[in-house]
Amino acid sequence: MFGMFNRSRDLRTEGVWIAVVLVVIFATLRYDNFMGLYNVQTFFGYNSMFILIALGMALVIMTGGIDLSVGSVVALSSVVAAYTSPYGIEVALPAGLLTGIAAGAINAFLITKMRIVPFIATLAMMLGARGMALVLADNKSVSVDWTSNFTKFGLTRAFGLIPWAVILAALVFLALWIMLERTTLGRRILTIGGNPEAAKLMGVPVNQTLAITYIISGGCAGLAGVILASGFGAGQPLEGLGWELSAIASVVVGGTLLTGGVGSIPATLAGAVLLGLIFNILNFENGLGVISLSAYWQSVIRGGFLLIVVILQSRSGGGLVRRRSTT
Amino acid sequence: MTMAKAKDMTGSSTVAKINLGQLARDNGTFLALIALIVINMVITPNFLQVQTLYVNLTQVATIAIVAIGMTLVIASGGIDLSVGAVMALSGALAPFVFLSEFGMASPGLALVLSIAVALLAGLLCGMFNGWLINQFAIQPIVATLVLFISARGLAQVLTNGNLQVFDNPAFEFIGSGRVLGIPFQALMAVVFALILSWVVRRTAYGRYLLAVGGNAKAARLSGISVNRVRLATYAICGVLAGFAGMVVSAINSASDANQTGQLMELDAIAAAVVGGANLMGGKAPIIGALIGAAIIQLVKYTLLANGVHDAVALIAKAVIIILAVYFQFNRAE
Repeated sequence: MFGMFNRSRDLRTEGVWIAVVLVVIFATLRYDNFMGLYNVQTFFGYNSMFILIALGMALVIMTGGIDLSVGSVVALSSVVAAYTSPYGIEVALPAGLLTGIAAGAINAFLITKMRIVPFIATLAMMLGARGMALVLADNKSVSVDWTSNFTKFGLTRAFGLIPWAVILAALVFLALWIMLERTTLGRRILTIGGNPEAAKLMGVPVNQTLAITYIISGGCAGLAGVILASGFGAGQPLEGLGWELSAIASVVVGGTLLTGGVGSIPATLAGAVLLGLIFNILNFENGLGVISLSAYWQSVIRGGFLLIVVILQSRSGGGLVRRRSTT
Repeated sequence: MTMAKAKDMTGSSTVAKINLGQLARDNGTFLALIALIVINMVITPNFLQVQTLYVNLTQVATIAIVAIGMTLVIASGGIDLSVGAVMALSGALAPFVFLSEFGMASPGLALVLSIAVALLAGLLCGMFNGWLINQFAIQPIVATLVLFISARGLAQVLTNGNLQVFDNPAFEFIGSGRVLGIPFQALMAVVFALILSWVVRRTAYGRYLLAVGGNAKAARLSGISVNRVRLATYAICGVLAGFAGMVVSAINSASDANQTGQLMELDAIAAAVVGGANLMGGKAPIIGALIGAAIIQLVKYTLLANGVHDAVALIAKAVIIILAVYFQFNRAE
């Protein structure tokens, strides 16, 4: 299986898997219910949103870009999904997805046609999508229709076992993994990130490829918005604040170079899981009652963790997260 | 040649063929501000009141102060996402000092000390950012992400996430005092801007900053200590964010680690960019940042004063950022 996907067998990206395994072993030994079905289901159910946006973000970052708009797009999509929830999940899910795709398409237009740098273009979309979500929702949460099958998507499990959100995230994960490792599009994405000028000279359709990555990132955020609305029973125009930065952190922890050209979809998944595990473990630690860390410590610890990871990566010869030309 | 002279020269070369379009493009940001003011005179009730001016000056000052530091960082080719979190930390630290037992015992000394501690915290945060970027060659957006996440957390841990309410008129002067009728913090924003635009134009540091931002490799080869320039730049940005954090606490007579500086990094980047900063580095339009901050503030005020939905202001801000960058790019072509 792994033989097919040679590029992900890279020392840089294996580090994060080793970290995940070590953390899981530690937590399993320390906490009774850590590997319990309930915790595993809840963990992946909740983190499926973060995994989705991290996967989309990873593709964008591989091209050397960035997408700051994902958190706001999640909020906008959750509002749209909540409004369309009376028609059932089969309408609300495409509606949320299309919302995200539309936002991604606008990002792509700003970046490829108006030649605005990704940081600024998606920053504007971050404000615009948030504003749009608040306007549509009239500044408050939009409750979903509980009589349709919409909330079943977020609250029930396939075969009584796997949350539907996890299945959705897993499908997206597989699709993006195969796309990146096995298709022309995947090669183009990495080529553009490695050297946009050379890519252009080689005849890679740079603008088209860039546009596709931003649209995928928007689509992932759109799906995360559907999960949010369905799992929490409301479209939430104020949710998703700072999620773009969590997603970037996951991608960086997963070893993807912010300068583009290098990256792995499985390692991004591992990065998102690792960051999620920190929260999970802190909850268990508080549950043990030995120490009592306030929720505020979590952000301090998360920041410290990110610090350690980026320092380790920058030291470990691989030169991860290293600026290329300026030093 | 100084930048002022360079500007004069381009100015005189265009005099020969006076071209309104050219003029509009060169001074687009400033003209946009004038246009906003004129529009407001027509449509916004009570716009030309002293009270309106005070409200806007009070609100714009923190954005402007942070945007000035952000402009320097952007000029160095970097970005600082941590400014909002640093504001929360400094804003929480200052009251911590003068509300302590020692602070109650000797209020005068405590006031000085609290301001010093808050500014020092900002300085250390900025130096930490610069150090990470220099020492480990970490991209600025990732390096400053560390403090973005943890500095606000530290502030929340310090205050347990609670408001720290205080009654300290001397400290509150930073946020509500007036000098010659002008809000103190607005005056400070102008003072900072004047000092730093002098620094950028007239000092070696300023030259080095633009060189590092323009081409770090070339700057290094020509003997500039790129690391020292970067360290100083992030340090200045941190101190300014620390000051802005104190202003917010002083305005509210309370520190709020959860809300202070929330999303400020975006407002500051937006103000810097609208003011003419180029994310690729090499340009430090400090006065432009002031104008950019004023434009963002005025748009928000115009929409609010005319009863437009708060959320629409966000969309308007997005459109302004896109237009500003789009026209700047076309001008550069």
